[in-house]
Amino acid sequence: MLTALIFVPLCAGCIMLLWGRAVICRVGLPLTALTHTALAAMTAVRVGGGETLAELDGLLAPDALGVLFLMLASVLFLAASFYAMHYLREEERIGVHTNILDHGRFTNAPERRFTACLCFFLSAMTLVTITPHMGAQWVGIEATTLSSAQLIYFHRHKRSLEATWKYLIICSVGIALALLGNILLAVAFHGAEGASGSADSMDQVGWFVRNAALAEPTWLKAAFVFLLVGYGTKMGLAPLHNWLPDAHSQAPSLVSALLSGALLNCAMLGMLRGHQIMLAAGLGGLSGGMLMFFGLLSLLIAAIFIVGQGHYKRMLAYSSVEHMGILALGIGVGGVAVPGAMLHAVCHSLTKCMLFLLSGNILARYHTYSSYDVHGMRWTMPATAALWTAGFLAVAGSPPFGLFVSELLIFKGMLAAGLPWLSAGYLVLLAIIFVGLSVAVLRMVQGNRPVDLPPSNSEPALSILPPLALGLAVLTLGVWIPDWLWNFLNRAAALIGA
Amino acid sequence: MTTLLQSCLFLLVLSNFLLLATRRVPGMTRLTALQGLLLAALLLSLDHALLAGAVLLIKGMLLPGMLWRTQKRLPADALVCPTRRVGLGVLAGMAGLIFSIWLEGRLVMPLGLYPQLLLPTGLATLFCGLILIVGRIKAITQVIGYLVAENGIFLLGVPLMTTGTVWFELALLLDVFVAVFVMGIAINHISDSFASIDVARFRSLRD
Repeated sequence: MLTALIFVPLCAGCIMLLWGRAVICRVGLPLTALTHTALAAMTAVRVGGGETLAELDGLLAPDALGVLFLMLASVLFLAASFYAMHYLREEERIGVHTNILDHGRFTNAPERRFTACLCFFLSAMTLVTITPHMGAQWVGIEATTLSSAQLIYFHRHKRSLEATWKYLIICSVGIALALLGNILLAVAFHGAEGASGSADSMDQVGWFVRNAALAEPTWLKAAFVFLLVGYGTKMGLAPLHNWLPDAHSQAPSLVSALLSGALLNCAMLGMLRGHQIMLAAGLGGLSGGMLMFFGLLSLLIAAIFIVGQGHYKRMLAYSSVEHMGILALGIGVGGVAVPGAMLHAVCHSLTKCMLFLLSGNILARYHTYSSYDVHGMRWTMPATAALWTAGFLAVAGSPPFGLFVSELLIFKGMLAAGLPWLSAGYLVLLAIIFVGLSVAVLRMVQGNRPVDLPPSNSEPALSILPPLALGLAVLTLGVWIPDWLWNFLNRAAALIGA
Repeated sequence: MTTLLQSCLFLLVLSNFLLLATRRVPGMTRLTALQGLLLAALLLSLDHALLAGAVLLIKGMLLPGMLWRTQKRLPADALVCPTRRVGLGVLAGMAGLIFSIWLEGRLVMPLGLYPQLLLPTGLATLFCGLILIVGRIKAITQVIGYLVAENGIFLLGVPLMTTGTVWFELALLLDVFVAVFVMGIAINHISDSFASIDVARFRSLRD
C-alpha cells in the first residue's frame, strides 16, 4: 500500500506525459487524487490504530507525524485537482494570454506537462512524508523542487521565469546544505559504541533517536544547524524566505495553494526529524531555542511586509512566512504548544489552500494582482467574496476558526514555559498582521460595484466548491476536534517534544 | 592508493581556484568535468568501483555534456564573465581554504573516519561553489557553482559510503542530474526571454 502511494501518482504522471490528451489529463488528475486520498486515509486509519506499517525493508514506514503531513498533502491535492479541471479548461479557451503587468503576450506550457508534474510533485511529497530514512527524505525534497519548478513556470512570461530561477537556485543550494546536515548527522553517530539494532536499518530516524545518547554532541549540533538552514530555506523561514513571495505570486493559483499548504510542511518535516534527534540527545534546549528565534524573526519579517502590501498573492505568501514562524515558535517552546503547532499546521494548510484557490478566482475576474484595484467583490463575485472574508478571518486567527484554537494553544504553551516577553511579542506581531491583512481584504470585498467590469454569470461550481469544503473543514476544527484527530495530533506531537 | 587519494585532493583544490579565476564559461565547464573525473578516481582509490563508474558517467561526462549543450546555444558574449569581482572571488576562495584547514584542526574528528586533507578539501570546494553562485552574474555560472558546491558535499560524504548506501548515492546523483537538466532548460528560456543570461537583470519581482 505504501509503495502504491508513491507509484500511483508517479505512473499517472508518466501516462499523462506520454499519452496526455487534454481529456485524459483533466480526468486523470482528480482520479489520481481520489485514489491517493483513499490510500492515504487507509494508511492513516491503520497507523492511527497503532499498527506499524513497513515496506521495502523499512524504507517506507510512516509514523504519526509523517502520516499527518501525508494526509494534508493528499487532501490539498484533491481539492486542487478538482479546481484544476475548470482552471485548465479556461486556460485552454483563452489560448494566447496577455501579461497583466507588462501586457506582453505569452502562452502556457503544455497542459500534459503541467498535470504530469503535478502528479510527480505529489509522488515526491508522499516519499518525503512516509520514509523514516533521512537520505530518502532528502531525495524526495529535492524531487519536489524539480517537479514544482515546472509548475511555477506554467505561464511562460518573464516574471514567472525569474521566479522559477530564484526558486530553483535558492532551494537547490538550501537543500544541498541540508544534505551536508545529513552527512554531519552520520558523522555524529559514526562508531556509536553499544548502539542498539543495526546501523544499516532503513529506519534511520528511529535508530538515531534510540541511540542519540551515543552521538558526538558537537557534530550533532552542527548537523542540526545545517538541517535548519537547509530545510528552513525551503520552508520559508526568515531570513531564508526570499524565493517564497516570488514563486507564490507568479505560479498558477492552484500551484501556489499546493506550495504553501503542502510543500512547506514537507520541508518542515525534514527539519523536525533533526529536532526529534536533538531532543533525544538532550539537546532540545538548543534546537528549540533556534526554532524560537527563527520563528519570531519570521513573524517580524511577515508583519513588516504584510502591512501595506498591495499584491494580494504576495500578501498570502508573506502570511505563509508568518505561519511557518508560528509553527517554529510552537515547536521550539515545547509542552502544550507542540500539539497546538500540529493543529496549526493542519488548519494553516487548509486555510492557505482555500485562500490561494480563491485568489485565482479573483485574478481571473479582475485581471490584476493589486488589492488597490480590486473592489466591490461582494457585488461581482459574492460567493468568492464571502469565502475570501471567511478565509481572511481564519488565517488571521479569529474565532471560531481552527487557527484561533491553535494560536491560543501555542500562546498558552509560551506562558506555561515561563516566556512572558516572547508571548507579548507574539501577540503584538499577530495583531499587526491582523490589521495589515484586514485593511487589504476588506478593501477588496467592500466598495461600490465596479462599473468597468461586465456583469458575470454565476461563479463556476468547480472554482467555489473546493475552497468551500476546505473552509468548512477549518471552521469545524475551530468548534469541534474529533477525538481520533486529537489523538493523532498528540501522537505526532509526542515525537517532537510535547 | 593513499598517494592517488592525496593527489586527487590536491588537484581538486587546484581546480577550485582555477574555476574561481576563469572568466570563460567553456573553461569552467572543462574544469567541472575534471572535478567529476577526480572524484571518480578518488572513489576508486577507496575501493568504491561501482560508484566511481556512476560518478565518472554522471559528473564527469553527462553533466558537463549538458552544460556544453546549453552553452553552445548561447551567444558568445554570454559566455564571458565580467572581470569585476573575479579577483575578489579568488581571495574569498583562499580565505575559505584557510578557514577549512583551521576548522579541521579545531574539530574533534571521529577516529579514522576522514583521510588526511579530505575534510578541508571538501569544505573548500563547498565554499568555492557558493562563491561562484553568489559572486558571478551569469545564470550558467550559478549552475556550475551549484555543481561545485555539490561536489564538495559529496566529497564530505565519501568516507561514510558503504555498500548498503549505494542506492542512496545513485539516487542523489540522479537528483543532481535532473536538477542540472532542469536548470539547463531554464537557462535556454532565460536567454530567449531576456536576450541575456545575466541574473543581475532579475529585478522585476521586489517588494
